[in-house]
Amino acid sequence: MLFNEPSPLETKVLTRRFGLPNSASIDTYLATEGYQAFLKAAKMKPEEIIAEVKVSNLRGRGGAGFPTGMKWGFVPRTSSKPKYIVVNGDESEPGTCKDRVLIENDPHQLIEGVLIAGLSVDAHAGYIYIRGEYRYLIEVMEKALAEAYEKGWLGKNIQGTGFDFDLYAHTGAGAYECGEESALLESLEGKRGIPRIRPPFPAVAGAFQCPTILNNVETFCAVPAILRDGGAAFAALGIPKSGGTKMTCLTGHINKPGVYELKLGFPVKQMIEEVGGGIRHGKKLKAFIPGGSSCPVLTAAEVEGATMDYDSMASRKTMLGSGGVIIMDEDTCMVKAALRIMRFYAHESCGWCIPCREGTTWLKKILMRFHDGQGTRTDIDLIGDIAKNMLGRTFCPLGDAAAMPTISIVEKFRQEFEDHLNGKPCPYEHSGSMVTV
Amino acid sequence: MTFSAQLEARFDKLLKSYPPGRQRSAMIPMLLYAQDEIGQITGELVNEVATRIGVTPLQVNEVLSYYSMLHTKPLGKYHVQVCTNISCLLHDGDKLYEHACRKLGIGHKEVTADGEFSIEEVECIGACSWAPAIQVNYDFHHHVTPEKLDQLLDGLRKKP
Repeated sequence: MLFNEPSPLETKVLTRRFGLPNSASIDTYLATEGYQAFLKAAKMKPEEIIAEVKVSNLRGRGGAGFPTGMKWGFVPRTSSKPKYIVVNGDESEPGTCKDRVLIENDPHQLIEGVLIAGLSVDAHAGYIYIRGEYRYLIEVMEKALAEAYEKGWLGKNIQGTGFDFDLYAHTGAGAYECGEESALLESLEGKRGIPRIRPPFPAVAGAFQCPTILNNVETFCAVPAILRDGGAAFAALGIPKSGGTKMTCLTGHINKPGVYELKLGFPVKQMIEEVGGGIRHGKKLKAFIPGGSSCPVLTAAEVEGATMDYDSMASRKTMLGSGGVIIMDEDTCMVKAALRIMRFYAHESCGWCIPCREGTTWLKKILMRFHDGQGTRTDIDLIGDIAKNMLGRTFCPLGDAAAMPTISIVEKFRQEFEDHLNGKPCPYEHSGSMVTV
Repeated sequence: MTFSAQLEARFDKLLKSYPPGRQRSAMIPMLLYAQDEIGQITGELVNEVATRIGVTPLQVNEVLSYYSMLHTKPLGKYHVQVCTNISCLLHDGDKLYEHACRKLGIGHKEVTADGEFSIEEVECIGACSWAPAIQVNYDFHHHVTPEKLDQLLDGLRKKP
Protein backbone atom coordinates (compact mmCIF):
# COMPACT_ATOMS: atom_id res chain seq x y z
CA MET A 1 0.00 0.00 0.00
CA LEU A 2 1.24 3.48 -0.82
CA PHE A 3 0.57 6.25 1.65
CA ASN A 4 1.24 9.13 -0.73
CA GLU A 5 0.94 9.80 -4.44
CA PRO A 6 4.17 9.26 -6.37
CA SER A 7 5.80 12.28 -8.04
CA PRO A 8 6.54 12.44 -11.79
CA LEU A 9 10.02 13.67 -10.84
CA GLU A 10 10.93 10.35 -9.24
CA THR A 11 13.42 7.92 -10.76
CA LYS A 12 11.86 4.56 -10.08
CA VAL A 13 14.50 1.91 -9.57
CA LEU A 14 13.88 0.47 -6.11
CA THR A 15 10.24 1.50 -6.32
CA ARG A 16 9.67 0.22 -9.87
CA ARG A 17 7.11 -2.35 -8.70
CA PHE A 18 5.27 -0.02 -6.34
CA GLY A 19 1.66 0.30 -7.35
CA LEU A 20 1.54 -2.96 -9.33
CA PRO A 21 -1.23 -5.33 -8.25
CA ASN A 22 0.08 -7.56 -5.43
CA SER A 23 3.48 -5.94 -5.72
CA ALA A 24 4.67 -7.83 -2.64
CA SER A 25 3.89 -11.29 -4.07
CA ILE A 26 6.50 -13.57 -5.58
CA ASP A 27 4.38 -13.98 -8.73
CA THR A 28 4.51 -10.24 -9.42
CA TYR A 29 8.19 -10.24 -8.59
CA LEU A 30 9.03 -13.10 -10.94
CA ALA A 31 6.92 -11.57 -13.72
CA THR A 32 8.94 -8.35 -13.53
CA GLU A 33 12.53 -9.64 -13.84
CA GLY A 34 12.59 -10.70 -10.22
CA TYR A 35 15.42 -13.00 -9.08
CA GLN A 36 17.10 -12.68 -12.52
CA ALA A 37 19.92 -10.66 -10.93
CA PHE A 38 20.52 -13.50 -8.49
CA LEU A 39 20.76 -16.04 -11.35
CA LYS A 40 23.21 -13.74 -13.12
CA ALA A 41 25.26 -13.30 -9.94
CA ALA A 42 25.29 -17.04 -9.32
CA LYS A 43 27.26 -17.45 -12.56
CA MET A 44 29.79 -14.78 -11.54
CA LYS A 45 32.83 -15.08 -9.32
CA PRO A 46 32.37 -13.51 -5.87
CA GLU A 47 35.00 -10.87 -6.59
CA GLU A 48 33.16 -9.96 -9.79
CA ILE A 49 29.96 -9.36 -7.82
CA ILE A 50 31.78 -7.11 -5.39
CA ALA A 51 33.48 -5.31 -8.29
CA GLU A 52 30.07 -4.63 -9.84
CA VAL A 53 28.79 -3.18 -6.57
CA LYS A 54 31.92 -1.02 -6.34
CA VAL A 55 31.35 0.27 -9.90
CA SER A 56 27.79 1.25 -8.93
CA ASN A 57 29.14 3.69 -6.31
CA LEU A 58 26.41 2.45 -3.97
CA ARG A 59 26.92 3.85 -0.50
CA GLY A 60 25.24 2.75 2.71
CA ARG A 61 21.72 4.11 2.80
CA GLY A 62 21.20 3.86 6.56
CA GLY A 63 22.94 7.13 7.24
CA ALA A 64 26.68 6.64 7.37
CA GLY A 65 27.16 6.49 3.58
CA PHE A 66 30.04 4.01 3.63
CA PRO A 67 30.82 2.53 0.17
CA THR A 68 28.96 -0.79 0.05
CA GLY A 69 31.29 -2.68 -2.30
CA MET A 70 34.26 -1.80 -0.10
CA LYS A 71 32.39 -2.99 3.01
CA TRP A 72 31.64 -6.33 1.35
CA GLY A 73 35.27 -6.59 0.30
CA PHE A 74 36.38 -6.49 3.96
CA VAL A 75 34.67 -9.81 4.70
CA PRO A 76 37.23 -12.64 4.74
CA ARG A 77 35.44 -14.90 2.26
CA THR A 78 37.76 -17.84 2.76
CA SER A 79 37.48 -17.81 6.57
CA SER A 80 36.61 -21.21 7.98
CA LYS A 81 33.88 -19.59 10.11
CA PRO A 82 30.33 -19.34 8.80
CA LYS A 83 29.52 -15.96 7.27
CA TYR A 84 26.25 -14.09 7.80
CA ILE A 85 24.21 -11.42 6.07
CA VAL A 86 22.30 -9.13 8.43
CA VAL A 87 19.73 -6.60 7.28
CA ASN A 88 19.26 -3.51 9.39
CA GLY A 89 15.53 -2.84 9.33
CA ASP A 90 15.49 -1.10 12.69
CA GLU A 91 14.47 2.15 11.00
CA SER A 92 14.13 4.58 13.91
CA GLU A 93 15.93 7.77 12.94
CA PRO A 94 13.35 10.54 13.38
CA GLY A 95 12.17 11.70 9.97
CA THR A 96 12.77 8.34 8.30
CA CYS A 97 10.03 6.02 7.03
CA LYS A 98 11.45 4.60 3.80
CA ASP A 99 12.44 1.04 4.73
CA ARG A 100 8.86 0.57 5.78
CA VAL A 101 7.55 1.16 2.25
CA LEU A 102 10.36 -0.87 0.67
CA ILE A 103 9.54 -3.94 2.75
CA GLU A 104 5.80 -3.53 2.52
CA ASN A 105 5.65 -3.10 -1.25
CA ASP A 106 8.53 -5.25 -2.48
CA PRO A 107 9.93 -7.70 0.10
CA HIS A 108 11.35 -10.04 -2.55
CA GLN A 109 13.66 -7.29 -3.81
CA LEU A 110 15.21 -7.27 -0.32
CA ILE A 111 15.49 -11.07 -0.28
CA GLU A 112 17.21 -11.03 -3.67
CA GLY A 113 19.66 -8.35 -2.50
CA VAL A 114 20.53 -10.49 0.51
CA LEU A 115 21.03 -13.57 -1.66
CA ILE A 116 23.46 -11.69 -3.91
CA ALA A 117 25.35 -10.46 -0.85
CA GLY A 118 25.46 -14.07 0.32
CA LEU A 119 26.99 -15.19 -2.98
CA SER A 120 29.64 -12.48 -2.75
CA VAL A 121 31.07 -13.68 0.57
CA ASP A 122 30.02 -17.34 0.62
CA ALA A 123 27.43 -16.79 3.36
CA HIS A 124 24.58 -19.26 3.76
CA ALA A 125 22.36 -17.66 6.36
CA GLY A 126 20.95 -14.24 7.06
CA TYR A 127 18.72 -12.30 9.41
CA ILE A 128 16.39 -9.42 8.70
CA TYR A 129 16.19 -7.39 11.91
CA ILE A 130 12.97 -5.37 11.86
CA ARG A 131 11.99 -2.92 14.59
CA GLY A 132 9.28 -4.25 16.89
CA GLU A 133 6.79 -1.50 16.06
CA TYR A 134 6.75 -2.74 12.44
CA ARG A 135 4.96 -5.96 13.38
CA TYR A 136 2.92 -6.00 10.19
CA LEU A 137 6.14 -5.94 8.20
CA ILE A 138 7.38 -9.03 10.04
CA GLU A 139 4.23 -10.69 8.71
CA VAL A 140 4.82 -9.33 5.18
CA MET A 141 8.42 -10.56 5.37
CA GLU A 142 7.53 -13.99 6.73
CA LYS A 143 4.97 -14.45 3.98
CA ALA A 144 7.56 -13.47 1.36
CA LEU A 145 10.15 -15.81 2.91
CA ALA A 146 7.66 -18.69 2.87
CA GLU A 147 6.88 -18.00 -0.82
CA ALA A 148 10.59 -17.90 -1.63
CA TYR A 149 11.20 -21.24 0.10
CA GLU A 150 8.18 -22.76 -1.59
CA LYS A 151 9.30 -21.70 -5.06
CA GLY A 152 12.92 -22.66 -4.49
CA TRP A 153 14.46 -19.18 -4.14
CA LEU A 154 15.64 -19.92 -0.61
CA GLY A 155 16.82 -23.13 1.01
CA LYS A 156 19.05 -25.85 -0.42
CA ASN A 157 20.51 -25.73 -3.92
CA ILE A 158 18.58 -22.65 -4.97
CA GLN A 159 17.32 -23.10 -8.56
CA GLY A 160 19.99 -25.72 -9.20
CA THR A 161 22.85 -23.27 -8.64
CA GLY A 162 24.29 -25.36 -5.80
CA PHE A 163 23.98 -22.36 -3.50
CA ASP A 164 22.23 -22.81 -0.14
CA PHE A 165 20.78 -19.93 1.82
CA ASP A 166 18.45 -19.64 4.81
CA LEU A 167 16.90 -16.31 5.73
CA TYR A 168 14.94 -15.36 8.85
CA ALA A 169 12.94 -12.35 10.03
CA HIS A 170 13.83 -11.22 13.56
CA THR A 171 11.82 -8.68 15.56
CA GLY A 172 13.30 -5.99 17.76
CA ALA A 173 11.38 -4.68 20.77
CA GLY A 174 11.75 -0.92 20.84
CA ALA A 175 15.22 0.62 21.00
CA TYR A 176 16.65 3.26 18.63
CA GLU A 177 20.15 2.23 19.65
CA CYS A 178 19.64 -1.17 17.99
CA GLY A 179 19.83 0.59 14.63
CA GLU A 180 23.54 1.09 15.36
CA GLU A 181 25.21 -1.89 13.73
CA SER A 182 27.12 -3.32 16.68
CA ALA A 183 24.22 -2.80 19.09
CA LEU A 184 21.96 -4.52 16.56
CA LEU A 185 24.28 -7.51 16.58
CA GLU A 186 24.14 -7.63 20.39
CA SER A 187 20.35 -7.46 20.24
CA LEU A 188 20.28 -10.24 17.63
CA GLU A 189 22.18 -12.38 20.14
CA GLY A 190 19.48 -11.80 22.77
CA LYS A 191 21.25 -9.11 24.75
CA ARG A 192 20.80 -5.46 25.67
CA GLY A 193 21.50 -3.28 22.65
CA ILE A 194 24.83 -1.90 23.75
CA PRO A 195 27.48 -1.00 21.16
CA ARG A 196 30.64 -3.05 20.75
CA ILE A 197 34.06 -1.50 20.61
CA ARG A 198 35.57 -1.58 17.14
CA PRO A 199 37.81 -2.95 15.72
CA PRO A 200 37.02 -5.72 15.10
CA PHE A 201 34.35 -4.53 12.68
CA PRO A 202 31.31 -6.67 11.81
CA ALA A 203 32.99 -7.67 8.53
CA VAL A 204 35.41 -9.72 10.64
CA ALA A 205 33.50 -10.39 13.88
CA GLY A 206 29.81 -9.61 13.43
CA ALA A 207 26.81 -11.84 14.06
CA PHE A 208 27.78 -14.62 16.50
CA GLN A 209 31.36 -13.33 16.25
CA CYS A 210 31.53 -14.46 12.62
CA PRO A 211 32.27 -12.42 9.47
CA THR A 212 29.14 -10.48 8.56
CA ILE A 213 27.81 -8.13 5.92
CA LEU A 214 25.47 -5.71 7.66
CA ASN A 215 23.62 -3.11 5.61
CA ASN A 216 20.45 -1.09 5.67
CA VAL A 217 17.26 -2.37 3.97
CA GLU A 218 17.52 0.23 1.20
CA THR A 219 21.15 -0.69 0.47
CA PHE A 220 20.26 -4.35 -0.10
CA CYS A 221 17.22 -3.33 -2.15
CA ALA A 222 19.50 -1.47 -4.59
CA VAL A 223 21.63 -4.55 -5.26
CA PRO A 224 19.31 -6.50 -7.63
CA ALA A 225 19.10 -3.48 -9.97
CA ILE A 226 22.90 -3.11 -9.88
CA LEU A 227 23.48 -6.74 -10.91
CA ARG A 228 20.61 -6.75 -13.42
CA ASP A 229 21.39 -3.54 -15.27
CA GLY A 230 25.07 -3.23 -14.39
CA GLY A 231 26.86 -1.13 -11.82
CA ALA A 232 27.68 1.53 -14.41
CA ALA A 233 24.01 2.09 -15.24
CA PHE A 234 23.19 2.54 -11.54
CA ALA A 235 26.13 4.90 -11.04
CA ALA A 236 25.02 6.95 -14.04
CA LEU A 237 21.73 7.73 -12.30
CA GLY A 238 23.48 9.72 -9.63
CA ILE A 239 26.46 12.01 -9.60
CA PRO A 240 30.17 11.14 -9.43
CA LYS A 241 31.04 9.27 -6.23
CA SER A 242 27.36 8.80 -5.28
CA GLY A 243 25.57 6.36 -7.54
CA GLY A 244 21.90 5.70 -7.97
CA THR A 245 18.81 6.94 -6.23
CA LYS A 246 17.87 7.71 -2.64
CA MET A 247 14.59 7.00 -0.95
CA THR A 248 13.75 10.43 0.40
CA CYS A 249 11.13 11.06 3.08
CA LEU A 250 9.73 14.57 2.95
CA THR A 251 8.38 15.45 6.38
CA GLY A 252 7.37 18.53 8.33
CA HIS A 253 5.92 21.76 6.96
CA ILE A 254 5.52 20.79 3.33
CA ASN A 255 2.44 20.54 1.14
CA LYS A 256 3.02 17.02 -0.17
CA PRO A 257 4.88 15.07 2.47
CA GLY A 258 5.73 11.56 1.37
CA VAL A 259 8.41 9.05 0.44
CA TYR A 260 9.92 9.64 -3.00
CA GLU A 261 12.74 7.94 -4.87
CA LEU A 262 15.01 10.68 -6.20
CA LYS A 263 18.28 10.58 -8.08
CA LEU A 264 21.28 11.44 -5.96
CA GLY A 265 22.23 15.02 -6.67
CA PHE A 266 18.60 16.16 -6.88
CA PRO A 267 18.43 19.93 -6.23
CA VAL A 268 17.01 20.67 -2.77
CA LYS A 269 14.99 23.65 -3.96
CA GLN A 270 13.34 21.62 -6.72
CA MET A 271 12.67 18.85 -4.22
CA ILE A 272 10.89 21.23 -1.86
CA GLU A 273 9.03 23.22 -4.50
CA GLU A 274 8.17 20.62 -7.15
CA VAL A 275 8.24 17.21 -5.49
CA GLY A 276 6.93 18.46 -2.16
CA GLY A 277 4.67 21.18 -3.54
CA GLY A 278 6.33 23.96 -1.55
CA ILE A 279 6.22 24.99 2.09
CA ARG A 280 2.83 24.63 3.72
CA HIS A 281 0.54 27.69 3.88
CA GLY A 282 2.91 29.62 1.59
CA LYS A 283 5.33 30.18 4.47
CA LYS A 284 9.08 30.62 4.17
CA LEU A 285 11.65 27.96 4.97
CA LYS A 286 13.47 28.47 8.26
CA ALA A 287 15.42 25.25 8.81
CA PHE A 288 16.18 22.12 6.82
CA ILE A 289 17.41 18.75 8.07
CA PRO A 290 18.60 16.60 5.17
CA GLY A 291 18.55 13.09 6.59
CA GLY A 292 17.18 12.39 10.03
CA SER A 293 17.32 14.33 13.27
CA SER A 294 20.99 13.54 13.89
CA CYS A 295 22.13 15.73 10.99
CA PRO A 296 23.24 19.31 11.57
CA VAL A 297 20.48 21.74 10.60
CA LEU A 298 20.81 24.02 7.56
CA THR A 299 19.35 27.50 7.31
CA ALA A 300 17.31 28.63 4.30
CA ALA A 301 20.35 30.52 3.01
CA GLU A 302 22.57 27.43 3.26
CA VAL A 303 20.06 25.38 1.28
CA GLU A 304 20.59 27.66 -1.75
CA GLY A 305 22.34 25.65 -4.46
CA ALA A 306 22.44 22.49 -2.36
CA THR A 307 21.80 19.10 -3.90
CA MET A 308 20.71 15.88 -2.20
CA ASP A 309 23.97 13.92 -2.18
CA TYR A 310 26.79 13.04 0.16
CA ASP A 311 29.31 15.64 -1.05
CA SER A 312 26.98 18.61 -1.34
CA MET A 313 25.79 18.01 2.21
CA ALA A 314 29.33 17.39 3.51
CA SER A 315 30.45 20.70 1.99
CA ARG A 316 27.72 22.36 4.09
CA LYS A 317 28.98 20.53 7.19
CA THR A 318 25.94 18.28 7.41
CA MET A 319 25.08 14.81 6.12
CA LEU A 320 22.78 13.19 3.59
CA GLY A 321 22.02 10.75 6.40
CA SER A 322 19.07 8.41 6.15
CA GLY A 323 16.97 10.41 3.71
CA GLY A 324 14.61 11.70 6.39
CA VAL A 325 14.14 15.31 5.29
CA ILE A 326 12.65 17.54 7.98
CA ILE A 327 11.34 20.90 6.83
CA MET A 328 10.61 23.67 9.32
CA ASP A 329 8.83 26.86 8.36
CA GLU A 330 9.36 30.42 9.62
CA ASP A 331 7.01 29.97 12.59
CA THR A 332 8.94 27.06 14.09
CA CYS A 333 10.54 27.58 17.49
CA MET A 334 14.06 26.27 17.11
CA VAL A 335 14.54 25.99 20.87
CA LYS A 336 11.55 23.70 20.97
CA ALA A 337 12.90 21.71 18.01
CA ALA A 338 16.30 21.36 19.73
CA LEU A 339 14.57 20.29 22.94
CA ARG A 340 12.41 17.67 21.22
CA ILE A 341 15.39 16.24 19.39
CA MET A 342 17.41 16.11 22.63
CA ARG A 343 14.55 14.52 24.58
CA PHE A 344 14.62 11.74 22.02
CA TYR A 345 18.35 11.09 22.31
CA ALA A 346 18.22 11.25 26.11
CA HIS A 347 15.45 8.64 26.04
CA GLU A 348 17.33 6.42 23.62
CA SER A 349 20.86 6.66 25.03
CA CYS A 350 21.71 3.14 26.09
CA GLY A 351 23.67 4.46 29.07
CA TRP A 352 26.88 2.64 28.24
CA CYS A 353 29.05 5.73 27.63
CA ILE A 354 28.97 8.48 30.22
CA PRO A 355 29.39 11.48 27.88
CA CYS A 356 26.27 10.37 26.01
CA ARG A 357 24.18 9.25 28.97
CA GLU A 358 24.89 12.33 31.09
CA GLY A 359 25.31 14.78 28.22
CA THR A 360 21.95 14.06 26.64
CA THR A 361 20.14 14.17 29.99
CA TRP A 362 21.70 17.46 31.06
CA LEU A 363 21.12 19.03 27.66
CA LYS A 364 17.50 17.97 27.84
CA LYS A 365 17.13 19.55 31.27
CA ILE A 366 18.80 22.80 30.23
CA LEU A 367 16.78 23.05 27.00
CA MET A 368 13.56 22.31 28.88
CA ARG A 369 14.35 25.07 31.36
CA PHE A 370 15.23 27.38 28.51
CA HIS A 371 12.08 26.70 26.57
CA ASP A 372 10.03 27.38 29.68
CA GLY A 373 11.61 30.83 29.94
CA GLN A 374 13.81 29.97 32.91
CA GLY A 375 17.10 29.99 31.00
CA THR A 376 20.06 32.23 31.70
CA ARG A 377 22.45 33.85 29.24
CA THR A 378 25.27 31.51 30.22
CA ASP A 379 23.07 28.53 29.35
CA ILE A 380 23.38 29.32 25.65
CA ASP A 381 27.12 28.73 25.66
CA LEU A 382 26.74 25.89 28.13
CA ILE A 383 24.49 24.00 25.70
CA GLY A 384 27.08 24.33 22.96
CA ASP A 385 29.93 23.38 25.31
CA ILE A 386 28.30 20.23 26.64
CA ALA A 387 27.36 19.13 23.13
CA LYS A 388 30.89 19.71 21.82
CA ASN A 389 32.33 17.70 24.70
CA MET A 390 30.21 14.70 23.69
CA LEU A 391 31.54 14.63 20.13
CA GLY A 392 33.76 11.66 19.39
CA ARG A 393 33.85 10.49 23.00
CA THR A 394 31.46 7.55 22.78
CA PHE A 395 31.59 3.95 21.54
CA CYS A 396 28.86 4.56 18.97
CA PRO A 397 27.57 7.58 17.04
CA LEU A 398 24.50 8.21 19.26
CA GLY A 399 26.39 10.80 21.29
CA ASP A 400 27.43 12.57 18.09
CA ALA A 401 23.90 12.22 16.73
CA ALA A 402 22.59 14.13 19.75
CA ALA A 403 25.34 16.72 19.76
CA MET A 404 25.50 17.65 16.07
CA PRO A 405 22.00 19.06 15.54
CA THR A 406 22.19 20.83 18.91
CA ILE A 407 25.49 22.56 18.12
CA SER A 408 24.16 23.65 14.74
CA ILE A 409 20.89 25.01 16.17
CA VAL A 410 22.65 26.99 18.90
CA GLU A 411 25.16 28.43 16.42
CA LYS A 412 22.74 29.21 13.62
CA PHE A 413 19.70 30.27 15.62
CA ARG A 414 21.35 31.91 18.62
CA GLN A 415 18.99 34.86 18.36
CA GLU A 416 16.04 32.61 19.19
CA PHE A 417 17.75 31.54 22.39
CA GLU A 418 18.39 35.20 23.21
CA ASP A 419 14.71 35.94 22.58
CA HIS A 420 13.67 33.26 25.06
CA LEU A 421 15.55 35.18 27.77
CA ASN A 422 13.03 38.01 27.57
CA GLY A 423 10.73 36.30 30.02
CA LYS A 424 8.25 34.82 27.59
CA PRO A 425 8.19 31.03 27.55
CA CYS A 426 8.28 30.96 23.79
CA PRO A 427 8.14 34.04 21.57
CA TYR A 428 7.51 31.95 18.44
CA GLU A 429 4.53 30.05 19.66
CA HIS A 430 1.35 31.37 21.12
CA SER A 431 -0.32 28.21 22.25
CA GLY A 432 0.60 24.81 23.53
CA SER A 433 3.50 23.91 25.73
CA MET A 434 6.05 21.20 25.38
CA VAL A 435 4.75 17.88 26.56
CA THR A 436 7.08 16.76 29.27
CA VAL A 437 7.59 13.19 30.27
CA MET B 1 3.56 -22.52 31.19
CA THR B 2 1.25 -23.38 28.35
CA PHE B 3 0.71 -21.18 25.35
CA SER B 4 -1.54 -21.32 22.31
CA ALA B 5 -0.58 -23.82 19.62
CA GLN B 6 0.20 -20.90 17.32
CA LEU B 7 2.64 -19.37 19.80
CA GLU B 8 4.25 -22.75 20.51
CA ALA B 9 4.78 -23.17 16.76
CA ARG B 10 6.38 -19.74 16.62
CA PHE B 11 8.66 -20.59 19.53
CA ASP B 12 9.71 -23.83 17.83
CA LYS B 13 10.52 -21.97 14.65
CA LEU B 14 12.45 -19.29 16.53
CA LEU B 15 14.53 -21.83 18.43
CA LYS B 16 15.54 -23.38 15.10
CA SER B 17 16.39 -20.04 13.48
CA TYR B 18 19.77 -19.44 15.10
CA PRO B 19 23.06 -21.35 14.96
CA PRO B 20 23.55 -24.26 17.39
CA GLY B 21 24.21 -23.01 20.91
CA ARG B 22 22.83 -19.55 20.06
CA GLN B 23 19.23 -20.10 21.20
CA ARG B 24 19.54 -17.05 23.41
CA SER B 25 18.94 -15.08 20.20
CA ALA B 26 15.29 -16.10 20.41
CA MET B 27 14.83 -14.32 23.75
CA ILE B 28 13.56 -10.91 22.65
CA PRO B 29 11.16 -12.22 19.98
CA MET B 30 9.85 -14.87 22.41
CA LEU B 31 9.21 -12.26 25.11
CA LEU B 32 7.43 -9.91 22.71
CA TYR B 33 5.23 -12.59 21.10
CA ALA B 34 4.36 -14.03 24.52
CA GLN B 35 3.53 -10.57 25.82
CA ASP B 36 1.12 -10.15 22.90
CA GLU B 37 -0.67 -13.30 24.02
CA ILE B 38 -0.70 -12.97 27.80
CA GLY B 39 -0.70 -9.19 28.09
CA GLN B 40 2.49 -8.53 30.02
CA ILE B 41 5.82 -10.06 30.96
CA THR B 42 5.29 -11.94 34.20
CA GLY B 43 7.89 -13.53 36.46
CA GLU B 44 6.55 -16.90 35.39
CA LEU B 45 7.11 -16.00 31.73
CA VAL B 46 10.66 -14.84 32.47
CA ASN B 47 11.42 -18.21 34.09
CA GLU B 48 9.80 -20.10 31.23
CA VAL B 49 11.73 -18.27 28.52
CA ALA B 50 14.96 -18.61 30.51
CA THR B 51 14.46 -22.37 30.76
CA ARG B 52 13.64 -22.78 27.09
CA ILE B 53 16.71 -20.89 25.86
CA GLY B 54 19.07 -22.07 28.55
CA VAL B 55 19.90 -18.86 30.43
CA THR B 56 19.17 -17.66 33.96
CA PRO B 57 16.05 -15.60 34.78
CA LEU B 58 18.42 -12.77 35.76
CA GLN B 59 19.81 -12.72 32.22
CA VAL B 60 16.27 -12.38 30.86
CA ASN B 61 15.38 -9.61 33.33
CA GLU B 62 18.52 -7.72 32.45
CA VAL B 63 17.53 -7.72 28.77
CA LEU B 64 13.86 -7.04 29.28
CA SER B 65 14.48 -3.82 31.22
CA TYR B 66 16.27 -2.41 28.17
CA TYR B 67 13.52 -2.64 25.55
CA SER B 68 10.72 -0.08 25.60
CA MET B 69 8.12 -2.42 24.08
CA LEU B 70 8.47 -5.06 26.80
CA HIS B 71 6.12 -4.34 29.69
CA THR B 72 6.04 -5.88 33.14
CA LYS B 73 2.73 -4.19 33.94
CA PRO B 74 -0.53 -4.79 32.06
CA LEU B 75 -1.45 -2.34 29.31
CA GLY B 76 -4.96 -1.44 28.22
CA LYS B 77 -6.74 -3.68 25.73
CA TYR B 78 -6.01 -0.86 23.30
CA HIS B 79 -2.58 0.65 23.81
CA VAL B 80 -2.67 4.12 22.25
CA GLN B 81 0.82 5.26 21.28
CA VAL B 82 1.08 8.87 20.16
CA CYS B 83 4.29 9.99 18.48
CA THR B 84 5.45 13.49 19.42
CA ASN B 85 8.88 13.27 17.85
CA ILE B 86 10.07 16.05 15.57
CA SER B 87 8.20 15.27 12.32
CA CYS B 88 4.96 14.61 14.21
CA LEU B 89 5.59 17.61 16.49
CA LEU B 90 5.70 19.86 13.41
CA HIS B 91 2.17 18.60 12.73
CA ASP B 92 1.00 19.23 16.31
CA GLY B 93 1.63 15.70 17.56
CA ASP B 94 2.17 17.18 21.04
CA LYS B 95 -1.30 18.69 21.02
CA LEU B 96 -2.74 15.42 19.74
CA TYR B 97 -1.09 13.61 22.66
CA GLU B 98 -2.53 16.09 25.15
CA HIS B 99 -5.94 15.67 23.53
CA ALA B 100 -5.72 11.88 23.85
CA CYS B 101 -4.77 12.20 27.54
CA ARG B 102 -7.72 14.52 28.22
CA LYS B 103 -10.11 12.32 26.26
CA LEU B 104 -9.18 9.18 28.19
CA GLY B 105 -8.46 10.91 31.49
CA ILE B 106 -5.09 9.23 31.88
CA GLY B 107 -1.45 10.13 31.34
CA HIS B 108 1.74 8.57 30.06
CA LYS B 109 1.87 4.79 30.64
CA GLU B 110 -1.41 4.85 32.59
CA VAL B 111 -4.39 2.55 32.07
CA THR B 112 -8.10 3.50 32.26
CA ALA B 113 -10.00 2.07 35.21
CA ASP B 114 -11.93 -0.32 32.96
CA GLY B 115 -8.67 -1.63 31.48
CA GLU B 116 -9.76 -0.72 27.95
CA PHE B 117 -7.15 1.90 27.10
CA SER B 118 -3.62 2.86 27.95
CA ILE B 119 -1.59 5.76 26.61
CA GLU B 120 2.06 6.14 25.85
CA GLU B 121 3.89 9.12 24.40
CA VAL B 122 6.26 7.33 22.04
CA GLU B 123 9.37 8.19 20.08
CA CYS B 124 9.48 8.05 16.28
CA ILE B 125 7.37 5.17 14.96
CA GLY B 126 8.41 5.55 11.32
CA ALA B 127 5.37 7.32 9.93
CA CYS B 128 7.06 10.72 9.59
CA SER B 129 5.79 11.53 6.10
CA TRP B 130 2.21 10.84 7.15
CA ALA B 131 2.30 12.78 10.42
CA PRO B 132 0.90 13.10 12.96
CA ALA B 133 0.77 9.39 13.49
CA ILE B 134 -0.28 7.02 16.22
CA GLN B 135 -0.26 3.29 16.74
CA VAL B 136 -3.05 1.46 18.51
CA ASN B 137 -1.45 -1.82 19.49
CA TYR B 138 0.36 -2.64 16.21
CA ASP B 139 -1.99 -0.75 13.87
CA PHE B 140 -0.77 2.49 12.33
CA HIS B 141 -3.05 5.49 11.88
CA HIS B 142 -1.77 8.37 9.75
CA HIS B 143 -2.70 12.06 9.45
CA VAL B 144 -4.57 11.85 12.75
CA THR B 145 -6.59 14.87 13.85
CA PRO B 146 -8.21 15.24 17.30
CA GLU B 147 -11.58 14.53 15.63
CA LYS B 148 -10.30 11.38 13.93
CA LEU B 149 -8.77 10.26 17.20
CA ASP B 150 -12.11 10.72 18.99
CA GLN B 151 -13.92 8.67 16.34
CA LEU B 152 -11.31 5.95 16.51
CA LEU B 153 -11.36 5.67 20.29
CA ASP B 154 -15.16 5.83 20.47
CA GLY B 155 -15.35 3.07 17.86
CA LEU B 156 -12.94 0.88 19.80
CA ARG B 157 -14.81 1.44 23.04
CA LYS B 158 -18.00 0.09 21.46
CA LYS B 159 -16.31 -3.03 20.15
CA PRO B 160 -17.43 -6.14 22.03
